[in-house]
Amino acid sequence: MITQEHAAAHVHRDDVGARMGMWLFLFTELLLFGGMFFLYSVYRFINQEQFNIAAKELNTLVGTFNTIILLTSSLTMALAIGAIQRNNKSLSVFFQTLTILLAFGFLINKYFEWSIKFHHGIFPGSEILLNKPKGEILFFGLYYVMTGLHGLHVVIGIFLIGFMTRLTMKNVINKDSYVKLESAGLYWHLVDIIWIFLFPLFYLIT
Amino acid sequence: MEKHNSLAEHKQHGYGIYILVWLALLALTAVTVTVAGINFGGITVTTALLVASVKSYLVLKIFMHLGAEQKAFKVFVLVALFFIIISFILLFSDYSFI
Repeated sequence: MITQEHAAAHVHRDDVGARMGMWLFLFTELLLFGGMFFLYSVYRFINQEQFNIAAKELNTLVGTFNTIILLTSSLTMALAIGAIQRNNKSLSVFFQTLTILLAFGFLINKYFEWSIKFHHGIFPGSEILLNKPKGEILFFGLYYVMTGLHGLHVVIGIFLIGFMTRLTMKNVINKDSYVKLESAGLYWHLVDIIWIFLFPLFYLIT
Repeated sequence: MEKHNSLAEHKQHGYGIYILVWLALLALTAVTVTVAGINFGGITVTTALLVASVKSYLVLKIFMHLGAEQKAFKVFVLVALFFIIISFILLFSDYSFI
């Protein structure tokens, strides 16, 4: 049986290539969200006032709280990689678990936020929303699609990081081989960056 | 093996810098929320986007280790950003001069 160190020395592995592959995937994500940001910017340009009125419906406090949660989860993800680089497995598992918990916190917040909107009758296709001016319908359409797609990325991130935590506990991810964790981290930070732009564009334009 | 180790260590950041970046990100969030609270009109969106860009730069450079990566990575990211900006300019050349 070969030990980890032997494996690291003799098995062909290209960590730089693996990270580059992940970056290329992130660029396709940029295209996906970029297209929506294009759509947002044009519709906002045409319906500026109605966008501002519609944005008043969103709770800035909840949005700010979620921003803090997501920024903190990015920190814990970076720290998890720092810990594994220093061969501190349990600390890395701790930070990865914390990242997952924060992601859940984000989703729970989002759930309550959306529930309140639904309760007020503001959801795609609802009578109350359809009776509003066109610009406000567009705003809420974009709000649900963009934060929804972002939320889906958070859900995927939870599974991805959960899988990495398992691999770390099984020593598959270790001090000499942690590119998988790095790639998961890159994905998670991109989800964070997308939120960094979504937050002001939807919550702070009143 | 030795080579691999030196490569890995090259990319290693201290925990301290991560905490610092996190604090900076929180401070910048506070700035955007405060500026949005005061009614500056058109400047609000510009400030928000500027602050968001600074925050993204910090995340890219430190959290995503772009600062420590090979040059090719940086070129990739710059090319991607270049085309996004070009697309925005072309898009608005259509819309803003109707």
